Amino acid sequence: MTDTQTATSTATLDEPRPVVTMTGISIGFPGVKALDGVDFRLFPGEVHALMGENGAGKSTLIKALTGVYQVDAGTVLVDETPVTFTGPAQAQAAGISTVYQEVNLCDNLSVAENIMLGHEVRRFGVVDWPATRREARTHLATLNLDIDPRSQLSSHSLAVQQLVAISRAMVVDARVLILDEPTSSLDADEVARLFDVVRALRDRGVAILFVSHFLEQVYALSDRMTVLRNGTLVGEYRTADLPRVELVQKMIGRSLEVLERLEEAPKPVVAAREDTRPYLQAIGLGRKGSIEPFDLDVYAGEVVGLAGLLGSGRTELARLLYGADHADRGELRVEDRPARLRTPRAALARKIVYSSESRKTEGIIADLTVRENIVLGIQAQRGWVRRVPRKKADEVVDRYVEALGIRPANPDALAGNLSGGNQQKVLLARWLATQPKLLLLDEPTRGIDVGAKAEIQRLVADLASQGMAVVFISAELEEVLRLSHRIAVLRDRRKVAELVNTDDVTTDDVVDLIASAGTADDPSGPPPPDEVQDVQLFGKEDRA
Amino acid sequence: MNVVRSVVRHRLFWPIVALVVLVVASTLKSPTFLDITVRDGHLFGGPVDILRRSSVLLLVALGMTLVIATRGIDLSVGAVMAIAGAVALTQIAASPDPGSLATVSAAIGTALVIALLIGLFNGFLVAVVGIQPIIATLVLMTAGRGIAMLITGGNITTVTSQPYKTLASGYWLSLPVAAIIAGVVFAATALVTRRTALGVLIESVGINPSASRLAGVRARTIIWTVYVVCALFACLAGFIRSADTMAADANNIGLFIELDAILAVVIGGTSLAGGKFSLTGTLVGTLVITTLTLSITILGIPANAVSLFKALVVIAVCLLQSPVVQHRMRARRRRTAPVPVEVPA
Repeated sequence: MTDTQTATSTATLDEPRPVVTMTGISIGFPGVKALDGVDFRLFPGEVHALMGENGAGKSTLIKALTGVYQVDAGTVLVDETPVTFTGPAQAQAAGISTVYQEVNLCDNLSVAENIMLGHEVRRFGVVDWPATRREARTHLATLNLDIDPRSQLSSHSLAVQQLVAISRAMVVDARVLILDEPTSSLDADEVARLFDVVRALRDRGVAILFVSHFLEQVYALSDRMTVLRNGTLVGEYRTADLPRVELVQKMIGRSLEVLERLEEAPKPVVAAREDTRPYLQAIGLGRKGSIEPFDLDVYAGEVVGLAGLLGSGRTELARLLYGADHADRGELRVEDRPARLRTPRAALARKIVYSSESRKTEGIIADLTVRENIVLGIQAQRGWVRRVPRKKADEVVDRYVEALGIRPANPDALAGNLSGGNQQKVLLARWLATQPKLLLLDEPTRGIDVGAKAEIQRLVADLASQGMAVVFISAELEEVLRLSHRIAVLRDRRKVAELVNTDDVTTDDVVDLIASAGTADDPSGPPPPDEVQDVQLFGKEDRA
Repeated sequence: MNVVRSVVRHRLFWPIVALVVLVVASTLKSPTFLDITVRDGHLFGGPVDILRRSSVLLLVALGMTLVIATRGIDLSVGAVMAIAGAVALTQIAASPDPGSLATVSAAIGTALVIALLIGLFNGFLVAVVGIQPIIATLVLMTAGRGIAMLITGGNITTVTSQPYKTLASGYWLSLPVAAIIAGVVFAATALVTRRTALGVLIESVGINPSASRLAGVRARTIIWTVYVVCALFACLAGFIRSADTMAADANNIGLFIELDAILAVVIGGTSLAGGKFSLTGTLVGTLVITTLTLSITILGIPANAVSLFKALVVIAVCLLQSPVVQHRMRARRRRTAPVPVEVPA
């Protein structure tokens, strides 16, 4: 516990009084001890990063501060006055605003309504909509966001929705702004724009609590950090005093060997496979309004990365391969036989599984236990009559809880009470338990900390080396490059290139591909299909 | 202490307390309430009466539980009961030999087939067409009684048929036949949902339909199935109710029973938002509602105030079960408990 001591000593430096002080916070859920005696302080005019792995208790601590959860023990002081918030509304009234990891807005309301909800401009007791929209527009303008306040929220991309959520948090004159993974679905430009706003707010004296799994962003933005591990406090540090390697060690509480091994591992070598046929073959497969017709082969033992910006059609492509959406053109062949996948069930029967990017809405079943969630895939295949025997279920669940390091290792915990990364592992367990031959992974590492990310990456590599075919989707190009044998590049709902991931391929090359495809997107409109073929730097001919 | 707390926190604690209170109050008022007597080898008395009267509501509520678990609701159950009674009794009345077992079996068969079709129709609207359950089943809630009227030709057909009458007032092994039917259906439903994976799949669909579909669960088929099951159970309830009076009263059989059934499900702790369901909870909820109706008469509550009294009891039970209220009560208890003195730093 030497860490805590250093923390206390740094804390005695003369500083303004903290706006938030949390002492000895403990919170438990059925089957989960989420926080155990955690201390936390937040000063005005600083960006304070809350660091820790999945399940370390970051989100729980935030929810304890904002009154979403009631603390079992401990005190919360705002401006050195004890408070007990019974809900986010009270916390907001006290000047504490939050933007959560998953966008918590009303899809079916307009942007203006979402931003101004509860703060509508009123005149003579009725809402003055034009004025409300005007105000919403000014709030959007602070974020340099130029969208129609009257448009429906669901018509915007996840990234824009995230920015709307931030505008919403800024509507009340917040003294404390909590950003829980605000950048996980933003591209680099949007991140930079967000950071400008955050810095401006900090300089105005707002205390900002920042949670992110991107270490670069944490180091770029934060002044101070608090590290949690397994629901306990590791310590509080000045960002400048804590080298990255030490931070990671404190977060994961074990050696960096695993991580380094992975970092140093050479790129996967494409196995010779002249005689094998692809496990899955898409020929001109497409869906109107979703993704333009594309060709794609996936071989057993191979990781195919899908690279592209948000909304470039990565997810749409994967959903077609899984039968989650119906292709309206083209042909799909599995093991060299034509396959019409009308439902996910049909895909499952052909040993194809898909792990969705939105694990909350399309992944886990929150109110079922970890065990039930993991067994669900097998059960769905068996049909309802033959229940997976309890003994077999336990066997499967124990194996995957152990193999994937699901925490807490309690099969009876409700899946919804787990942290994001552990929910992702539960999902992976569900799919792996069905013993698939083709694994479609859509953003499996989004919003996940370094340790878990490395574990999942290693798992993907292992699975491929054992002969599984994997389609790997990620917004992080480094990750795609590290894992993939081949990379398909998408842009504007169109597959624009495919390249073999040889040693000399760098992220810049892929970025160039994404960008160069963009030049064809000038006033002349989208390129005709034959032009797209030209962009294929490394076509199928090269691979043969 | 921990045992006490876990008992108090059990979601069926307050409904069971309500049940006990009602029984005790009725017994105080009418000391013979709990007596069970044997007459002609049949059991009689308060508890037996409760069981017999519960059977109709239990059948309807069981189907409703499954539907609600999938995030749905079935408002057409009362109308289905009316149709079932109308079909069965009209067919029996039209046959040359109303008293024969064959006639009654055939009539019951016809009604079950019609209920099956109704269930398929409801399920089709909800699972395939994607209409909101409350609207989809509203169609038959209103139209269903009209259909029943057409079947009976607008008359209240009265029939004499001993085998059919047995459904409501008969005894077997000294127990009421109606209670036995409901008990068997309850046991079968519990067995099928909990011994197979159906229960968990229904819950999974109710908690998160799109995730379930992506997990390979036949969400559509499951939703469709529960509406069929619900209609079939309502049909059985219709037999018992119509056998009670032996009159196919299209306007009154099962009137407003959908509300009681929903209430029974909610009291039993199954959330209207779908997901986790409890058949035992529904059984308790049904018993509470039936006992309540029965004790109203015993306690001599004036007929005008019956609805009000019923509402008060239901509100009390629901309030005690509500997470918000429970949370407040716990917070209050904690606040009154001694707080360790903090040493100022």
